[in-house]
Amino acid sequence: MASEQELQAIKGAKVLMVGAGGIGCELLKTLALSGFEDIHIIDMDTIEVSNLNRQFLFRQCHVGQSKAKVAREAVLKFRPNINITAHHANVKNSEFNVDFFKQFNVVLNGLDNLDARRHVNRLCLAAGVPLVESGTTGFLGQVTVHVKGQTECYECQPKPTPKTYPVCTITSTPTKFVHCIVWAKDLLFAKLFGDRTQDNDLNVHSADATNSSKNNEDISVQRDDEDCEKYGKRIYDHVFGYNIDLALSNEETWKNRNKPKPIYIKDVLPEPGMHQNGTNNTLDITDKSSLSAMHSLGLMNPQDTWTLAENSKVFLEALSLFLKKREKDIGSLSFDKDDQLSVEFVTAAANVRAASFGIPMHSLFESKGIAGNIVHAIATTNAVIAGLIVIEAIKVLKNAANSFRMTYCVEHPLKKMLLMPVEPFEPNKSCYVCSEMPLTLEVNTHKTKLREIVEKIVKNKLGVNLPIIMHGSTLIFETGDDLEEDMVANYALNLEKALCDLPSPVTSGTVLTVEDFQQEFTCSINITHREEFDDEKEPEGMVLLGLTPDLYEKPSKVATTEESTSMAPQEKPATVSDSDDEIEIVVLEESNRFAGSKRKLVETSITNSHDPKGKDGINVANDVGKLDDGHDDEVVVMKACNEDVRKKAKLV
Amino acid sequence: MGKEELTAQETALYDRQIRIWGVDAQRRLSKSHILVAGMTGTIVEFCKNIVLAGIGSVVLLDDRLVTREALSVNFLVPNDEEKLKGRSLAEVCCNSLKDFNSMVHVSVEKGDLSALDGEILDKFDAVVIGRASFATKKTIDGICRKRSKKIAFFTVDCRDSCGEIFVDLQNYVYNQKKNDDNVECQFHYPSLEEAVAVPWNRLPKNVTKLYFAMRVIERFEAAEGRIPGETTAADISSVQQLRGELCKANSINESRIPDELLKRLLEGTREHPPVCAIVGGILGQEVIKALSGKGNPLKNFFFFDAKDGKGIIEDISSL
Repeated sequence: MASEQELQAIKGAKVLMVGAGGIGCELLKTLALSGFEDIHIIDMDTIEVSNLNRQFLFRQCHVGQSKAKVAREAVLKFRPNINITAHHANVKNSEFNVDFFKQFNVVLNGLDNLDARRHVNRLCLAAGVPLVESGTTGFLGQVTVHVKGQTECYECQPKPTPKTYPVCTITSTPTKFVHCIVWAKDLLFAKLFGDRTQDNDLNVHSADATNSSKNNEDISVQRDDEDCEKYGKRIYDHVFGYNIDLALSNEETWKNRNKPKPIYIKDVLPEPGMHQNGTNNTLDITDKSSLSAMHSLGLMNPQDTWTLAENSKVFLEALSLFLKKREKDIGSLSFDKDDQLSVEFVTAAANVRAASFGIPMHSLFESKGIAGNIVHAIATTNAVIAGLIVIEAIKVLKNAANSFRMTYCVEHPLKKMLLMPVEPFEPNKSCYVCSEMPLTLEVNTHKTKLREIVEKIVKNKLGVNLPIIMHGSTLIFETGDDLEEDMVANYALNLEKALCDLPSPVTSGTVLTVEDFQQEFTCSINITHREEFDDEKEPEGMVLLGLTPDLYEKPSKVATTEESTSMAPQEKPATVSDSDDEIEIVVLEESNRFAGSKRKLVETSITNSHDPKGKDGINVANDVGKLDDGHDDEVVVMKACNEDVRKKAKLV
Repeated sequence: MGKEELTAQETALYDRQIRIWGVDAQRRLSKSHILVAGMTGTIVEFCKNIVLAGIGSVVLLDDRLVTREALSVNFLVPNDEEKLKGRSLAEVCCNSLKDFNSMVHVSVEKGDLSALDGEILDKFDAVVIGRASFATKKTIDGICRKRSKKIAFFTVDCRDSCGEIFVDLQNYVYNQKKNDDNVECQFHYPSLEEAVAVPWNRLPKNVTKLYFAMRVIERFEAAEGRIPGETTAADISSVQQLRGELCKANSINESRIPDELLKRLLEGTREHPPVCAIVGGILGQEVIKALSGKGNPLKNFFFFDAKDGKGIIEDISSL
């Protein structure tokens, strides 16, 4: 039972929770019951209906309200005398600086994206505050402890960055359904309903160096004399018929690939009556959420996979409904997975494209999951993880360093265990975050603009929020509200220059310093010039080295235990990646990573039986550490692999 | 197809979990009815989970009056002493649980668990028991196994920072995917009585000490006629003696059940909230699996000890 000393430590502790969602609700409840009396919560989100299956502090009547605030009120109902401070804000805001973090004894993360996690990691390092990290996806979950100087920081083991697809795969040569979704969402939907001034690759074909749509008119704009029906058919024929015919005319592309079939509306819906609008929707037009193409066509089940004809009808009907009932939205709409009509349109468009390329079609339910990067989630896993977080938090308060554990919650037991604790590793001496190890960037310094470095490397790969980039003592780029106008203009000019053309030329051998004051993060990048990059393997046109140390050599794979029984084809977790649903247990050789300690390594790499798109975090059984087992001589160690993907998959 | 579809409300609410186990499993869950006895902190966690998941109905059984101690591990109950006076634990929990999911029917059954007969139990697809005497648990499990209807049986008990779950699914048949084939698998679960009767020296040497420790305490409570959970540090010498007798009878070394562990379990009659969350979560998952027919069920004991952080499955059967 908890000693008096422990109870006092808990009572006097000041704790920060980042995230009041799936893990957050369970965590706040357990902290309160466990005797914590001073808790701060940061969460920028508002409550949605789909949250209610697990975020139990919220009710239907709270939809639209701040998660942090409602969570606080709910917990005060059964613990009225404790202090809970709710911040409805983005944790990356400048108010949450190092001084803010310093006031806490421990920080507990219940986040759903890699970006914020990295940011918090850096602030905790800067403030010297221990961090307990966590994540869940479906039945899988994990809790990890990070104490500066004692254990790895959250970034010591690199986390894979989001899956991106080469542009040509999306625009010209899709092979998987997800490619069709990305096309339908980021190209077609964006072109038709989004900001028309934005660059859009919809009409670009891989073999063409120039834009094949040489017409001056923008095909996506409705002509004056065109009614919705005609417009819809014209768009359909253009993107599914004409564009495909055009692509086919380039023989090279299809030498080693299956050719797509062009699809024209007259072939799919030959009878004139078939492509008329569905039953008139007499529902109140102001209720946009009730607008539904599929329902007005009599397609009621989102789990059904529609035929090509049905998909085509939905396509036309959805387009028509947007034009007739949601005119005001057109030109500024971005895809929202909770917007029924948008989801229907993207599903239908993706399916027609899939049919064209011989790719299996999918239901609205599945398509929504893929397009919306939905992570499957239940209350039970979050509850387990929250309990584990509090146990680690208490250890942190007691400074019981030897008992810190990284714990993995698995779906299928490994060595009889559903919950597997592992000792944390020592800090990685090559970690560019906590050990300030320099990185190397291979890039074409003659062609690459500074802007690309800032976007792709500094912000995306390095997770810097407000970057300052220096070459020696010269500032070549800064962001911030307090910059003078001429500085801002200067930096804007710099962004558009190639590296070697900068006022302080960046060439092979240059060392750039990247900083973020808020994160107290500093990193050096050694620049190496390289002329050529492979379009497919290195689509970004540059390679950052030092982020992913090659830890192990993998010998042959050993057959797995039983595969997941809980997934039927329709229930495959919505995923951007496309490997199979399998658990592989790979027996590795002893690692050299820790000199002097021989261990047997068991790598559990869980590929797509969990969703790599960590909304409520992701991760499983992938951390190297010593399994705490007093009796067992055999030591089980697992390798870390954290896949976390941004909410918006970017086309690179 | 003959299958009713989920309502729009269900589809919207359960979207994230349907993506895990599918529409059919969700439907089966919504048609399931469970009896829950003994509103401990862990059981409260379990109830929250099962209600959120969309079970058909939950019947709560616990006539004990609300006490401060019961409240300390219970987040369902609003802190209003006046309103709570004279009301049973089951009643106050029932009101709050209803709030979590309007599609789940939550109600209270008064009376003693041990008085329930087969006819009453037939109303349920699963029975979940929080703290109860071994005799009662054994009896209820026995009744469940005799009914022609399949009634799943679960017990859960958390003491100090430890927890134990027992599962009896009788003969459980389910489909398992093995390399693209669907293989039918069958588990034969022993009854509670059969399981604890397995001689200790016949069990694998690495069975967790927590299993044995819980059995000693269980026997102690039965022998002394104690209300389950009403033990103190002062009982240690009697318990040690009982341990000695049991180990001898079972031909294992006493050192397999450390004093330190027994002391913790004897003193820790109050539950540790993080452990309630963990064990209540695992239990929730198991009940959902059993009722939906989806997923490999746990066979047949689960143990957790926050001290070493392991969550272990032990298969205690004579097979």
